[in-house]
Amino acid sequence: MDTNLALILVLTPLLGFLVNVFFGKSLGKTASGAIGTVAVAISFVVSLLLFNQITSTGKGIQVTLFDWIQISNLKINLGFLLDQLSVLWLLFVTGIGSLIHLYSISYMHDDENMHKFFAYLNLFVFFMITLVIGSNLLVLFIGWEGVGLCSYLLIGFWHKNQDYNDAAKKAFIMNRIGDLGLLIGMFIIGSMFSTLDYATLKTAITGATNLNLPLLSLAALCLFIGACGKSAQIPLYTWLPDAMAGPTPVSALIHAATMVTAGIFMVTRLNFVFDLAHDVQNVIAIIGAITSLVAATIGLVQTDIKKVLAYSTVSQLGLMFLALGFGAYEVAVFHVITHAFFKACLFLGSGSVIHGLHGEQDMRNMGGLRKAMPITFWTMLISSLAISGVPFFSGFFSKDEILLTAFHHSIPLYVVGSVASIMTAFYMFRLMFLTFFKEFRGTEEQKHHLHESGSLITIPLIILAILATFGGLISLPGNSWLNHYLAPLFTKVAGEEHHLGTTEYTLMGVAVLGGLLGILIAYIKYFKQDNFPESDENITGLSKVLYNKYYVDEVYDAVFVQPINSLSKFFRDYIETGLSALVFGLGKVTNEIAFQGKRLQSGSIGLYLFVFVLGMCAIISYIFLAQ
Amino acid sequence: MNVSTILIILLIGAFATYFSGDKLASKVALLFSLAALGCSIVLLNNYNAGENISVINSWITQPKISFALNADGLGLAMVLLTAALTPIIIFSSFGNEYKNAKAFYGLILFMAFAMTGTFLASDGLLYYIFWELALVPIYFIALIWGNGDAEERRKAVVKFFIYTLAGSLFMLTAFIYLYTKAGSFLIEDLYKLNLSAFEQFWIFLAFFLAYAIKIPIIPFHTWQANVYQKAPTVGTMLLSGIMLKMGLYSVLRWQLPLAPTAAKEYMYIFIALGIAGVIYGSIVALRQKDLKKLLAYSSLAHVGLIAAASYTLTLDGLRGAVLQMIAHGFVVVGLFFAAEVIFRRYETRNIAEMGGIRAQSPKFTSMFLILVLASVALPSTFNFVGEFTVLYSLSQINIWFAILGGTTIILGAYYMLRMFQHVMLGETNSKAFADVTLNEGISFAVIIAVLLFFGFYPKPITDLITPSLETILQVINKN
Repeated sequence: MDTNLALILVLTPLLGFLVNVFFGKSLGKTASGAIGTVAVAISFVVSLLLFNQITSTGKGIQVTLFDWIQISNLKINLGFLLDQLSVLWLLFVTGIGSLIHLYSISYMHDDENMHKFFAYLNLFVFFMITLVIGSNLLVLFIGWEGVGLCSYLLIGFWHKNQDYNDAAKKAFIMNRIGDLGLLIGMFIIGSMFSTLDYATLKTAITGATNLNLPLLSLAALCLFIGACGKSAQIPLYTWLPDAMAGPTPVSALIHAATMVTAGIFMVTRLNFVFDLAHDVQNVIAIIGAITSLVAATIGLVQTDIKKVLAYSTVSQLGLMFLALGFGAYEVAVFHVITHAFFKACLFLGSGSVIHGLHGEQDMRNMGGLRKAMPITFWTMLISSLAISGVPFFSGFFSKDEILLTAFHHSIPLYVVGSVASIMTAFYMFRLMFLTFFKEFRGTEEQKHHLHESGSLITIPLIILAILATFGGLISLPGNSWLNHYLAPLFTKVAGEEHHLGTTEYTLMGVAVLGGLLGILIAYIKYFKQDNFPESDENITGLSKVLYNKYYVDEVYDAVFVQPINSLSKFFRDYIETGLSALVFGLGKVTNEIAFQGKRLQSGSIGLYLFVFVLGMCAIISYIFLAQ
Repeated sequence: MNVSTILIILLIGAFATYFSGDKLASKVALLFSLAALGCSIVLLNNYNAGENISVINSWITQPKISFALNADGLGLAMVLLTAALTPIIIFSSFGNEYKNAKAFYGLILFMAFAMTGTFLASDGLLYYIFWELALVPIYFIALIWGNGDAEERRKAVVKFFIYTLAGSLFMLTAFIYLYTKAGSFLIEDLYKLNLSAFEQFWIFLAFFLAYAIKIPIIPFHTWQANVYQKAPTVGTMLLSGIMLKMGLYSVLRWQLPLAPTAAKEYMYIFIALGIAGVIYGSIVALRQKDLKKLLAYSSLAHVGLIAAASYTLTLDGLRGAVLQMIAHGFVVVGLFFAAEVIFRRYETRNIAEMGGIRAQSPKFTSMFLILVLASVALPSTFNFVGEFTVLYSLSQINIWFAILGGTTIILGAYYMLRMFQHVMLGETNSKAFADVTLNEGISFAVIIAVLLFFGFYPKPITDLITPSLETILQVINKN
């Protein structure tokens, strides 16, 4: 029964993929969209069933299908683990996934390759489910690289544009740098414990008395490098903003709500490893904090609506890693979930705007859309309030938890996180004011066609906005359902919840004020004073540095990409030809020797006789002298 | 039935093809290659059922040379690889017209015969004969049916021929020396020899020269790219899919067990050399203008990793190496076929003249992309199973070997996706590109099916090869 459920869960999206690949074109757009959506919806229903089962029994389900890879000291199964963590992830992956599929039916309806879009989305969901429910690290890795592939396919969905293809390729390659880290981490863990299976590994680690902690820390660090790639942390974050080249539903699903949280999932999954690697935890917290700040500063000045959201995502992911670094896994997971709600809503909302403006993404050419697109406006507003940490919206609770945790462990990192949060509030409301308030700044043609999107677009927005509002209820301070639910995963004693004392209320107040401050500055700057961002050439000074993303892409290009390419040309033009000449040279030497030898055989009898006599003399004298 | 049956089928097939005339040649060749495949499957079944499928007949008494063919799991795996790829390679050529087709297809079967013999021979001299025999057909195939400027081609092919032949002579010398010690060329007699460290060093080196050129391992690879480029695609497939595996296989079968002390002594050097090949090949592949040359360098990178794993002298390393040999055999044949499919339509191998194909041919794009992904070892493809095992085995020797060898997953993705982008993506090409024909589709589909099936279920192959690899390791570790 459990095996069947698990198989239905994972194989339905795969089936959807296959149907759309082989028959999508002939089925027509609506049918192919419907098939894709239903496939994911079925997985969602199965996830609900599993969730129900887990909450009632409290026990995870382990399903083993068959032996996969055999290595002398470790045997790797193809198996699934459906426990609290994976089922929680499943719920929002398939739930939000279904909504985004629904949305895409309308959003992608004008695209000639709509069936392919749905095929790739289904394939993505298949791999994402595999990633989440794998019972060992290598099955996770199937999903891990599989979602990377789908990300590649979907970023480059409009494949006639080579810039988009570059972005897709960049995403894949940067992820692969992380993947090498993940692989090496697996190698170390595999050789230390002879298993990659989560359950066995947990027993082995918790039962071990004589652990090689430095080696285990190295493994944790390598795994974290993997997480950096997938979850877009410094130094491997630059692919995510570029990934916005993909259609907006892709940005919402893959590059905001689900795939990019895989790194957090993996670290949470292996919490018993990271708990023993304190240095690595510190690294994670610091990287997370810096990433959240750096990305937020870049987000301040971006003018492309999706780029703002992309940097916001990087920044929010940074906050989640900040929590992970302090071992506050449940806090990070909480923020993953609320973030999935409001960020998916924001991306889909921006998609609605872009759709309404026929592809316009530059906020300088927007404005005043509030009246024409009320549902989009209100849902995005709710989500912006949520991400800014305005009280009682979901983001308020989750972000507050992170900052609270940070405060208890490290004041500097708390400050960094708080500053990033204030900036978040600012740039989100900058986005809102520029997009929805004041006068419309686009063309007359666009103005004429302004309209609210259809119900397939607005319904997902409304549902997500509701979730973004009330999502915080799953983990109220002092009485957290989520912490209780996740408790079996963690080795530390449950019930370590923060008491709500004066400090906590003060911090909460500070955070709220900070958020409101950010909103206020945005209000003054972009509503009261009627500023709006300069055109590209007029951006100067610090803004220019921020606008150009600290020139990190340029630096990477100069330090890594160009040298490798030059080296490649050097090898091709000099080493290869040199080696080749060497081999021919050997041939020539042989030829030359043969030629000289040939000259000896000149046919002159006199010479032959002379040499013959000489030889005879030598032999005879040798015989006599040797006596 | 024993293993000689498959050799007989291939040899008769070669002649039957030649005498069937130009019109029928390709079909007759396909028929015989399929018969050989069927025969190898029957042999596999018999082997699994515990039957003795080996042959040993004395052939020449003075010096004592035997016609000895032995098929253990390793040998059978390689025979199956050859038997499965040969019909695919022949079938993939069905869209082309060849002058003097009867000779062309006859030579293909003859080459399959010689390569199969190499994988089966358990007498040193017989092995050597098959090894050299395999060179003859590919020499003519590349020389006569190759492409590009005839003079350039002659230069490249003759270089290849002489170079590999010269390398092999060292091996022959080693065999003769071993014979003087053992009084026999039989592999089990040779395995029993107790050679001094000094002798082993020279034996090891002699074998290495032969194999390093054949595989090729850098810096002995200079013949490869040019020959791959200039040979007809069928020839390139035979070379890269099967023939270079002869070298890798021979490392496991002959070089390591015959000079185990030397192997242990110098393993680090040879692992490093293999890994250097991975990095070097990957970097050179980045900036290739010719599609076939790019694939040639990618092949250089992949075999470097396989070679490195072989020299780890661990079960994981050997097993990973064999898995990766088989996976690489299929994927590389598929990739060269993709290059051929493009050549049939655009008559070019120059990447700069391609691009914008995807918009015109969804089926071809999907198939090509799957092969590209298999080549970069995406999990769920067979290549991942191989590469993971190989890298794991390297990590057990030294973690740096795994890290440096592992750069292949980054660099490989870089050059392959870059290639795919420039060949397939972008604004629709002004030249029309017809999607794959049924025949072309079948070749791709078979290869892809193999890669995906064993990607999830490599167990049959692992179970087949593991016992014989353990035996080889026992020989290596006997003292």
